[in-house]
Amino acid sequence: MIDTLSQPWPWFVAGPLIGLTVGMLLIVGDRAFGVSSSLQHVCAAVWPGNSKTLQYDWRSKGLWNLVFVVGIGLGGLVAATLLTHDKPVAISEATRADLAQIGIFQGRSLVPTEVYSFGALLGPAGLVVMVVGGLLVGFGARYANGCTSGHAITGLASFQLPSLIATAGFFAGGLLATHLLLPALLSALL
Amino acid sequence: MPSQDKPRVSTSTGPPFTELLAYLVIGVFFGIVLIKSEVVSWFRIQEMFRFQAFHMYGVLGSGVATSALVVWLAKTMKSRSLTGEPIRISPKAWGPGARWRYPLGGVLFGVGWGLAGTCPGPIYALVGHGTGGAVVVLLAALLGARLYAAVGHRLPH
Repeated sequence: MIDTLSQPWPWFVAGPLIGLTVGMLLIVGDRAFGVSSSLQHVCAAVWPGNSKTLQYDWRSKGLWNLVFVVGIGLGGLVAATLLTHDKPVAISEATRADLAQIGIFQGRSLVPTEVYSFGALLGPAGLVVMVVGGLLVGFGARYANGCTSGHAITGLASFQLPSLIATAGFFAGGLLATHLLLPALLSALL
Repeated sequence: MPSQDKPRVSTSTGPPFTELLAYLVIGVFFGIVLIKSEVVSWFRIQEMFRFQAFHMYGVLGSGVATSALVVWLAKTMKSRSLTGEPIRISPKAWGPGARWRYPLGGVLFGVGWGLAGTCPGPIYALVGHGTGGAVVVLLAALLGARLYAAVGHRLPH
């Protein structure tokens, strides 16, 4: 059982389980599945400053979401301790070859350790990938009023035009980063 | 996520403990799904944006399809949540002052998604997973959200 669960889960298992997550949140407390608002709730709780956006009762509006994301972290811990296997992620050969051309080689980690580690913070490539990437994820998600979960899953599943537009934007930005920015930056910085 | 301005029995201390515990457990479940389906992998995101495998599209596509089914079922059955609320998903704002934020914020988010190879859910999962660097990305994302709260109102919405 544990052996089976420890292997990578195929898409047709993972997708329906995401749908189940959406359903459980609705059934428990009519909560719309979304993750990025937690970033705003953390800011409202620890550093509201004089920003009008952050003056609200984060406990009644956001505590559920904060507890949910702490759970996601715990889930990561559970997977890392109880459900491990020692094979690298089976990405396609084409991706592996493309990434090798820009100086990224896949090891057993879920992330490219060349640019993704505490040590990599000392180099410009690591700063771009982790810090600039992270900043844009946080800024963009709040600007767009949602991220992959709130727009691409919940929003599309409830047929909302704003979410379709945001999701198109996510992909446009991702394609730009993948095909133009990353190759240019990594070949210059690595 | 829009701010949820719906009437709800809730004090300034937030929802009751048992309800919060349920969200924690659902979060653990979702975190495990994210790790084991490998959608937290920076390499899977690259593979997706390079159109070199079906995996991510399969996860997202079947995730949306089953979520749509769940939402539709809840709507047609007029279900109520365990807390007594009628189940509904409040629509994202759309109109003057809520148009440009979607494509513009979306593209900015997408560039971050492509660079960091991870979006908010996976960031939390990776931090718990103990993956080096994920804490840096989380702190940067928090800073990004704080920056939006500070200067975002000056941008077209």
